Amino acid sequence: MNTVTPKMRIAVPSPARKGAEIEIKTLISHPMESGFRRDQRGEQIPRNILTRFECHFYPSGNVPSGNPDPNPERLVFACDLHPGMAANPFISFFARATVSGQFLFRWIDQHGALFTARRDLQVSDAG
Amino acid sequence: MSFQDPHSRRRRALLQATGSLALVTLLPTPVAATPEGMQQAITDAYGDRQIQPGRVKLQVPPLAENGNSVAVTVTVESAMHGSERVEKLTLFAAANPLPIITRLEFGPAAGRAQAAFRVRLADTQRLLAVAEMADGSLWSGSATTIVTLAACTDFLI
Repeated sequence: MNTVTPKMRIAVPSPARKGAEIEIKTLISHPMESGFRRDQRGEQIPRNILTRFECHFYPSGNVPSGNPDPNPERLVFACDLHPGMAANPFISFFARATVSGQFLFRWIDQHGALFTARRDLQVSDAG
Repeated sequence: MSFQDPHSRRRRALLQATGSLALVTLLPTPVAATPEGMQQAITDAYGDRQIQPGRVKLQVPPLAENGNSVAVTVTVESAMHGSERVEKLTLFAAANPLPIITRLEFGPAAGRAQAAFRVRLADTQRLLAVAEMADGSLWSGSATTIVTLAACTDFLI
């Protein structure tokens, strides 16, 4: 069980030029205990992992408040995480900068706990 | 030294044999040639659908010092819209206790069919990535990495 809230580090290259492919890098502090390891007494260490990561993008003016349900039409990138992912999962992926708006990030652990973050994206017309 | 020298002939035969061996190992291995656990994981994910080699590029370091964190980059040759668009990608590692590592989804707002992350590897092995396109076709790519310090086997102090 997590006794501390995981720390999230997210890099969104903002402002971005319109039409550009932008790389988004995310990192969350989490042990991702695989459940395959044993401690010194030979007892299995229980599994404790994040199971899901999602990133959605909402244009300015349409950004929902709170923790909205995943909207497939707004999805940028998502992945299911298994014990084979390294501790403190780092994930990078690409989005296309079309309009200014906000990225919503969410991680879910195996107990259903939700960790969220938001980052703004400013899009400038190509000059 | 004459060309009729029996040792020389044997040496030539040996060279030819090793040469053809190298050629065999260079040929792309079909998905069916993977170990049982991996085959099971692939069957669980995709049933008996046909997986064609190609279009998926998997980049891993040739030598990983620490199996607990190995950087992986996957790239799919894919348009980002239409029926040729990549929708999902699954990464398998045959020698891991759980062969499935991650399943990626590329949404409508994705900019490029590329992602990078770090994985745990229990042993020196071949990784396999299977991409699923919007038209339902499956494509695969693989890469091999040598792991000097394996994950999963370490003990807590």
